[in-house]
Amino acid sequence: MVLFFENRELVTPGDLLAKGDYLAGENVFRINDEIYATRIGLVEYSNKKVSVVALKSFYVPSVNDIVIGKVVEVGTRGWMVEINSPFLALLRASDAFTKPFNPKNDELTSILDVGDVIIAKIIAYDRTRDPLLTIREHGLGKVKSGQIVVITPTKIPRVIGRKGSMISMIKNETGCNITIGQNGVILVRGKNPVMEGIVVRAIKMIEKEAHTTGLTDRVTDMIRREKMELKRNGKI
Amino acid sequence: MEKSEKPLITEDGLRTDGRGPRDLRPVKIEVGVVKNADGSAYIEHGKNKILAAVYGPSEVHPRHFALQDRALLRCKYHMAPFSVQDRKSPAPSRREIELSKVIREALEPSLFLEYYPRTSIDIFIEVLQADGGTRCASITAASIALADAGIPMRDMVVACAAGKVDGHIVLDLNDIEDKNGEADMPLAMMPNKGLITLLQMDGLVTQEEFKQMLELAMEGCNLIYQIQKKALKSTFIKTVEEV
Repeated sequence: MVLFFENRELVTPGDLLAKGDYLAGENVFRINDEIYATRIGLVEYSNKKVSVVALKSFYVPSVNDIVIGKVVEVGTRGWMVEINSPFLALLRASDAFTKPFNPKNDELTSILDVGDVIIAKIIAYDRTRDPLLTIREHGLGKVKSGQIVVITPTKIPRVIGRKGSMISMIKNETGCNITIGQNGVILVRGKNPVMEGIVVRAIKMIEKEAHTTGLTDRVTDMIRREKMELKRNGKI
Repeated sequence: MEKSEKPLITEDGLRTDGRGPRDLRPVKIEVGVVKNADGSAYIEHGKNKILAAVYGPSEVHPRHFALQDRALLRCKYHMAPFSVQDRKSPAPSRREIELSKVIREALEPSLFLEYYPRTSIDIFIEVLQADGGTRCASITAASIALADAGIPMRDMVVACAAGKVDGHIVLDLNDIEDKNGEADMPLAMMPNKGLITLLQMDGLVTQEEFKQMLELAMEGCNLIYQIQKKALKSTFIKTVEEV
């Protein structure tokens, strides 16, 4: 039972993290009783579990995730949606039409066209097939306005914060509506594009400083400062 | 290249560029230099200047190339026309195609390709300036680019050559030594477990000399591994300390 690093120390792929009776968490792999890192990130030892919080990663689809994607292809029976992951996702036409879908009469592009952005939920995925989406739930569907920010998917939990502390703070401070896609795409909708801009900058700041402590307070400060500035210039 | 008139190793044991037989050329590595790539690295290994960029995992184009049970790893090693003394045709030569394959196979064991079936990971290596040992420097740089892209890896891959020049066993051959020496042996390995992923040799050596070269090359790899790790960490530490 040996640990080779301090908690939250930066490790690179291939670093031996622990030896002995430990459980392998995220971004690590084990050979016999040795646990190694597979990604660059901060190592986390908790109880018997060893994992790495990756600093850079890509989105791997997972069932029940809400994602934000862009329609890239209109087929005969559905749409292909780019969801910022290694796979294109499929949205079936029957999912989007309220009445039974008939390819003869119903025009797919009347609902979604190439370039449209949608909020969707993944309803089926395994490694052998492309992920399947649905927009048949409250809050899902075509995006009509707002601004989009793309960040590394691993940093999404930090944007949400502990029990949603960070995201609710940003919402309260700016009055913007924020939809987070688990794939690292975030949609910001507000009354005023200037306010949306503040949220975008706040999210970028969270991405950059994700691994630091006291981040919520600093982001609050930054938003309040920017708001004061705007008020002085009469923009809001 | 005509035979150089100067001896490759002087009487006091120094090489053409003033190094001792067991010395490495200076290595400098930068991470994340290509903004549009998912991961990238730039390496200066002596006079070699090489850029590596990684894209993926992403959907495979053309589609029918996709593998059903694992990711497709593609690698393109290319030398810029201005990278060598006489202009090199920009079209891929026989040598470049072979090196692309060799580099791909050296990196393959370090990746968990079976995690991402039906996708492709593309590596592009551009040699901007060449001075012997480009395949080794390319492997070192490509491995960092893969780590920078956030692709899960068993270990980093580092590469370094050893060889025989004027009867001496030397580390990290440059172009003149490679062309006029007796033997050159590039070696790539995963340093934590000491697993060799590439071992090539041309030239003639005895079994005893081969053992010495192997040991020396592995020593060189471990030295470069430290530099590689430091470069990778420093780019991410920067973001930690900026606050």
